[in-house]
Parts: sequence; structure tokens; C-alpha cells
Amino acid sequence: MNRELKRVSLVIFVMFLSLFIASTSIQIFNSDAYAQDQRNVRSAYDSYKTQRGAILVDGQPIVESQKVDNVYQYLRVYNDKSYSAITGFFSLYQGSTGIESAMGSYLTGKNSSQFFEQISALLSGNPVQGASVELTIDPVVQKAAWDALGSKRGAVVALDPKTGNILAFVSKPGFDANLLSVHSGETSNSNYAELLNAKGSPLLNRAANELYAPGSVFKVILAAAALESGQYTAESTFPNPPKFQLPGTNVFVQNSGEGKCGGKATVSIADALKLSCNVPMAQLGIALGQDRIRAQAELFGFGKKVRYPMTSTASIYPENMDDAQVALSAFGQYDVRTNPLQMAMVSSAIANQGVLMKPNLIENVLSSNLSLLAQPQPEIFSQPLSQKTAQSVKEMMVAAVSSGVSGSARIKDVLVAGKTGTAQNGKDQPYTLWFTGFAPADNPQVAVAVVIADGGGLGQGGFGNSLAAPVARKVMEAVLRK
Amino acid sequence: MSNAASTMVPKIVRVIPRNRNLEALMLLFAVGLNAFELAQIQLSILEVLTNELFFYWLPPAFLAFVIHMILRRRASEADPMILPIALVLNGLGIAMIYRLDLAETANGGEEMFAGRQIGWTVVAMAVAAAVIVYVPSHLFLRRYVYLSMFIGIGLLLAPSLPFIGRTINGASLWVAIGPFTFQPGELAKIALTVFFAGYLVTRRESLAIVGRKIIGIRIPRARELGPILVIWGASLLVLVLQRDLGTSLLYFGLFIVLVYVATGRAIYVIVGMTMFITGALVAGRLMDYVAGRFDSWLNPFDPENYDAFGGSYQLAQGLFGLAHGNLLGTGLGGGVPQLVPLAESDFIIASLGEELGLIGMFAILALYLLFVARGMRIGFNHPDDFSKLLATGLAFVIALQCFIVIGGVTRVVPLTGLTTPLLAAGGSSLLANWIIVGLLLRISDSIGSGEKSAR
Repeated sequence: MNRELKRVSLVIFVMFLSLFIASTSIQIFNSDAYAQDQRNVRSAYDSYKTQRGAILVDGQPIVESQKVDNVYQYLRVYNDKSYSAITGFFSLYQGSTGIESAMGSYLTGKNSSQFFEQISALLSGNPVQGASVELTIDPVVQKAAWDALGSKRGAVVALDPKTGNILAFVSKPGFDANLLSVHSGETSNSNYAELLNAKGSPLLNRAANELYAPGSVFKVILAAAALESGQYTAESTFPNPPKFQLPGTNVFVQNSGEGKCGGKATVSIADALKLSCNVPMAQLGIALGQDRIRAQAELFGFGKKVRYPMTSTASIYPENMDDAQVALSAFGQYDVRTNPLQMAMVSSAIANQGVLMKPNLIENVLSSNLSLLAQPQPEIFSQPLSQKTAQSVKEMMVAAVSSGVSGSARIKDVLVAGKTGTAQNGKDQPYTLWFTGFAPADNPQVAVAVVIADGGGLGQGGFGNSLAAPVARKVMEAVLRK
Repeated sequence: MSNAASTMVPKIVRVIPRNRNLEALMLLFAVGLNAFELAQIQLSILEVLTNELFFYWLPPAFLAFVIHMILRRRASEADPMILPIALVLNGLGIAMIYRLDLAETANGGEEMFAGRQIGWTVVAMAVAAAVIVYVPSHLFLRRYVYLSMFIGIGLLLAPSLPFIGRTINGASLWVAIGPFTFQPGELAKIALTVFFAGYLVTRRESLAIVGRKIIGIRIPRARELGPILVIWGASLLVLVLQRDLGTSLLYFGLFIVLVYVATGRAIYVIVGMTMFITGALVAGRLMDYVAGRFDSWLNPFDPENYDAFGGSYQLAQGLFGLAHGNLLGTGLGGGVPQLVPLAESDFIIASLGEELGLIGMFAILALYLLFVARGMRIGFNHPDDFSKLLATGLAFVIALQCFIVIGGVTRVVPLTGLTTPLLAAGGSSLLANWIIVGLLLRISDSIGSGEKSAR
């Protein structure tokens, strides 16, 4: 009988082996798939059971989890609507966005850097507490940007050019994330539908995830490309007709004043930037060629998604253009598209002697027992232009503000560098209004980009200098505490 | 005088009860483990230790040491691992049931299981002690082989009787007398194992003689197939009457394995499995209930099965729970096992897998495997054929039941209505499994005695 017993033992072993394999498969290999099943409410319970970490600005919570008396235990509370583009939302039913999503593993205490906390939590039976995330935002600058935009749709990004730290990051109209963090699915879903359909699309992150035609602010990149090519200096000149026929078409490009650019027979690149003229820029664009312009734009970050730590939408400089299209792209028209984060990066690189620092929102991450889990250090993104070129482009931008067409950004006793833009979006479509620049020009502390969408409510009646530049001025003043 | 002394002295002095000392050590460990589980649960859910802990901790611990002392006097050579393993599993089950009660209390519910489980544990362990005391030798049961058959069949069919039969969750496995409900199939598995062992030990010679060869395979003589047909028919009857594939598979599987061990003829396994699978497939075609179980097994996340009454909701929720446990588990008291229907009985393994993780799951499976291995070892080493078959049968029935239940929860096989031995809430299951513990201990004590039953 013992021979048979051995075989029966083998059968028993195989039966148990199948149980070992099946439970491993369920608990390890399929565990994520099961956790994501919508009918599995455990993930939702889980995400609410641990006290999610707070999001702090200058030590003050702008988002925190408050204890409540229901199964979810904690409610996510958003204290300031002006931060909605940064924090995003955290919802049982709509998922999460913004910092809530990008820093989610820290906020829930699930990050691998919290491994020892997780182990001790396991042993003590107390749930892990989430880590808190401190932002680089300066609340004074953030408020100035939010207030300066007023009721206009648009966005502001302010960077510290020396570190890449984001000082202000605003998108308007913005939304109240408390509407989505409610525990009732019915309320959350109907609020979400309402926000999706609301006027001004409040859920959009216009600062980094919407793309706009840059118009004349792109001329800064063009000037940088020209000087970097070594074939041109700020004083290189071009013919100065009032109109320029686009090659191969019967379409004419005009300067915005519909006249010549300054009173002379020729015009320099410096004057073309100062006075924001299209005709010389169109000629410069064709002379430089699209590949050189694109290479310069990409050094500034075009074509790349930036993690700050959310992910921006990559700006676009089109490919395979004919000369007419290259001429239009030279002053930021045709299919060139960008966002305020990208344009702030351009100014920041020029301000920082040609070195572009990687934009960053995170000051540090502290665990619930106040140990430092992460502290991002300033990081070089690229070096898009030489120190010499940066100096020349800076001087052109200073002239544009002090004696050119970007005068609304002037600040008393401070040298401001900047460039406005008024991009056309087609016949009868409202303009997109821009400003990008930095201050003080001799010791830059802030680089800023402002976009105002939908013509700032004025259709084709508003200009970058009249609507966007004043917003940028207030933001720069806030940084300089003027 | 000197004669009397020489016969008495060896009994008292010479035997060093190594097995019992080892058992005592492991029992201490088991008792400590159970206390730790209860304490963790109280600290996690109530955030304070209360006296209630002793109520759930001490009775099984005390009775385990009572059984230990009985073994020292009455069966000192009994296997040392079986009692501690049974205690750990029983204690873990009580802890989980208590934990689910606390969740129920927090939700304002009133149906409590842990108190009853303690009561049944006390009864079951007392009966196990009685088995060790009153079953004087492993041969004792051989006298009652045919009585066992009648008791076994009676118990098996009792739930189908009018007035006392009860159908719970779609399976008719219960009888109710007054306020007590009972699952007689659990006890039937012991009676039938005794019967199979006794019957096969007398018939093994004739069963082993095979007749003509057909296509190279020796076919058993027709009249020897008779008993197999009877058991097959009875198993299908159970399937049809009680609507439970698991119970029917358990008895039939037990029988086939014992026939194989007794005769050494693999042909019985082949014929038996073919007959059972054919029968189950036909039943699946004819009975919606069985077909539904199959479909839920294959596609538990299909909304049609998930939302159906008696569909795969429970299975899917159990899988969610297990997955939630991941490698380390949420810790006792840290998960939400109460979301699964019948989390304290049929799905207790999913509850434990959620809170103890894959590590805990492996530990539990390893404990069962070890328990079964000790039983198989008794069968292996015992000189007496009846005891060999009995021990093998009892060990195998536990193994098969674990496979069917845990396999049902982990989607290895279709879900059925059996209980997880020693862990799950339920009096009949506890009673039956503690009797098996008692019997295995009793049989293991006689391995070295050389005592053999007459042929």
C-alpha cells in the first residue's frame, strides 16, 4: 500500500501547489488589476482611510484632509481657489489631477521612500499617514497674479530664473476643488459635469496644458536663433518696406502699425524686436531657415513635455513648412503653439545668462514625523544660448519695455526686460495676448509669462501691451515687493 | 514482590515522552500566537485591550492542555504536531470571526458568531478528548464498519428529509432541530471514512483481481464494479438533492482514493474520475444551478454573472479582498473583509488572505499541508491495514476539502458550499474536524505497538 500512498501524497502536493499558485496569482500578479475594478470599493476606502498629507505654501496648508464622521474618515478640503491649477482635485469618482495626482504616492504614504513607515505601520496596526508637500510658490506673488488677471481668462507663470522654482502658477477662471472631493458620488458627478460645461472651461490648466499662438513673443526666440547662428548681430539690418509679399503667394505681411518699422531705409534686429515689427522678422525667418529656428526653440523646451512635477503639454514649432509658412512662424503665427510655462522658461534662460533651469514646484516633502523625504535641487534643463547672446537679447528686451512697444511693463526704478505679443487666431477670432519678461534686468529675480485668452473679452480690441503687460508688471512688483 | 515491581517500574520510568514534550512546547507557541492575534485585533479596532480577549483566548488554550495531559496518560506516543496545528487554525478562525463581529458591531449589526464559535470549540475539543479516552484502540472502530455505513448514509441524506431539511444559500446541506441548525454532511465524512476503510480492507484482495484485457487495459470484473457504481450513484444523488457539487466530489474523491490505496489499481481512479466528470457534466446540463456555478467560475467579472442573484458577486468580492491583501496583508483589523458575504464561514480564507496577505495565506496552506502530511505519515507507518486506510482517508478528506473550498475561493475549481476545516464558523464542521484530530491522535499512538488486526 505504501507505493500507492506515495502517489496519493503526490496528488495532495499538487492540489496544494495549485492553491499556492492561484493565491500568488491573485494577490500579487493580478492585484493591481483587481484594485482598479470599478466594483471594488476597497481602493476608495483605502485612499480615504489614510490621512492624506497636506499641500503647503509657506508652511500654511492650502489643501488638507479633515477628520469626518463617516466611513471615509477624511474629507479633502481646499482652502484657496487661486491654487486650483496647481493642486488639481482629488475625487473618489473623478480620480485626481495636479499635485494631488503627481505627488499622490507621497500624499497617501505609499511612496517607496516611506517603506520603513509602512513597516512600522503594519506592525502597530495604525495606518500610514501621508507625507505633506511644500510648494515653491510665493503666496504674495500667487495672489498678485490671481488678482491681476481679474475676470479675464488666462494664465500666469512666474519662475525664479536662478533655480527654476515656480513662484506663481495661475490659471483662470479656476475652480473650487471642494465640489469634487465630496463623498457623495451623485453630487461629485453632477458638479463635475457642470464644471466641464461651464463658461471659460475652469478645469483647463491654461498655464501648462493649453496651447496658444504666441504671436510676437516668439520674436525673442527668433532673435536668439539669429544671434546664436553667428551670421547676425543685434545691429544686422534688413530692408524696411511697409509690406512684404510672402514667397509663392499673393499675401502680404504688414507691420502692426501698417507702416515702415522706424523711419529709415533699413531696420536692425534690435529695433525690429523693440518695435515688434513683422516685416523684418519675416525676412529674418526665411534667411535663417526653419531648421535653425526649430533647433533654437527646442533648446528652450519646445517639443518636450516638462515634469514640474506635473506634466506640461509640449509646445509646437511646425515641421515641413514652405517659405511663406516659415515667414509667418517667425513672428509666432501659422501653427506655432506654446503655453505660459514654456514662455516663462524662455525669459528665464535669457535672464540667467543663457542657462535654463528646470521648472519645479516642489520645495520639499516631509513625512508625518517630519523627516525629509524629498527636496528637489535646482537642475539645469539646457543651455539654449550663450552668455553673450543672452546679454544681447536682454538689451533688446529692456529697450522694448523702456522705449519700445512693451511700455506697460515698466516699473519705477527697476530695469524690466520684456516682450509683448498679440497673436491672431483667424478672421473675426479674438486675439491671444501675451507678455513675457523678467526683472530686474541686471539681477533677475523673476521671469514671468502671461497669456490672456479670448482677447481678454475685447475681441480684436486688446493688445499684449494693454492687457497682458500690466498683469506681468504686478506680478514682478510683487516679487520685488514694490 | 520483585515480580510485581519489575512489571510496574518500566511503565512509569522508562518511557520518556519525547513526543509529548515537543507537543507541549508547540502548544505554548500556538497559545501565544492566538493571544497575539486577538490582541492585535483589539488594539487595531478598539484601540484598547479588554477582558473579552480572555474569553476568546483561554477556553481553547485550556482544553488543548487538557487533551495534552490526557495524551500523556493514555496515548503518549501520539503524533506531536497534530494538536498544535489544529489549535493554531481553530484559534486563528476564532480571531477572524471575532474581528468580523467587531466590524458588524461598528456597523450597528447584531448577528454575532464568535461567542457561538467558542461554545462549539469547547464542545468539539471535549468530544475529541472523549474520543481519545473512550476509543480504546485503533481497532475499536473496525467493529462498527456497517453501523458506520448506515450512520453515514443517514447523515448524508438527512438534509433531504422533509421537516428537518434546510436550504441555505442555495445548497440543502443543513438540518434544523428547534433553534439548532446542523450540517450533518460534516460528520458523515467520518462515518463514511470508517466504513470505506473497513469495507476495503476485507474486499481489497478480490477488488485487486482484474479480469480481461481490453485495448491493453485490464478491466475490473463486472461484479467488483458494483460498489463503485453504488457510491457513484449516491454521490450524484447528493448533487441532485442537495445541489452541492463540493460535497458530492468530496465523498466520491475520498472513496476513489481509498479504493486505489487498498487495491493498487489505477484503473479504478480512471474509471471513477470519468464517471464523476460525466455525471457532473450531465447534471450541469440538466440543472441551472450547477451550470450557473460553472459560468460564475469561468467569468466572475461578467456583469451578467456578477449582478445575478446567487451569481459571482461573492466570488468577485472575495478576489478583490484577496488582491487587497497583496503580499503583506492589511494587518488583522486593517482591511475590510466584512464586504464579502459569508466572510466568517465560506469565505473566511478570503478574509484571512486580505488581512494577512499572501504570506499569511502561504502559512495557512502550509499548516494544512503539514496537518495532512502528518496524517499520511500515520498511514504510511502504521502496520495495520485498517488503520492505514482510516488514517489516509481522514487525512485525504481534509486535504480534498481544503482544495475544494480554498480552490473555490481562489478560482481553481467552481465555488461550492463546503467549509474550511477548523477555521470557518460553524459547529458541525468544528465537531467533525476535532473528532478527526482525536482519531488521528489515537491511531498514531499505536504505530509502534505492532498491534495488527486479524485478517
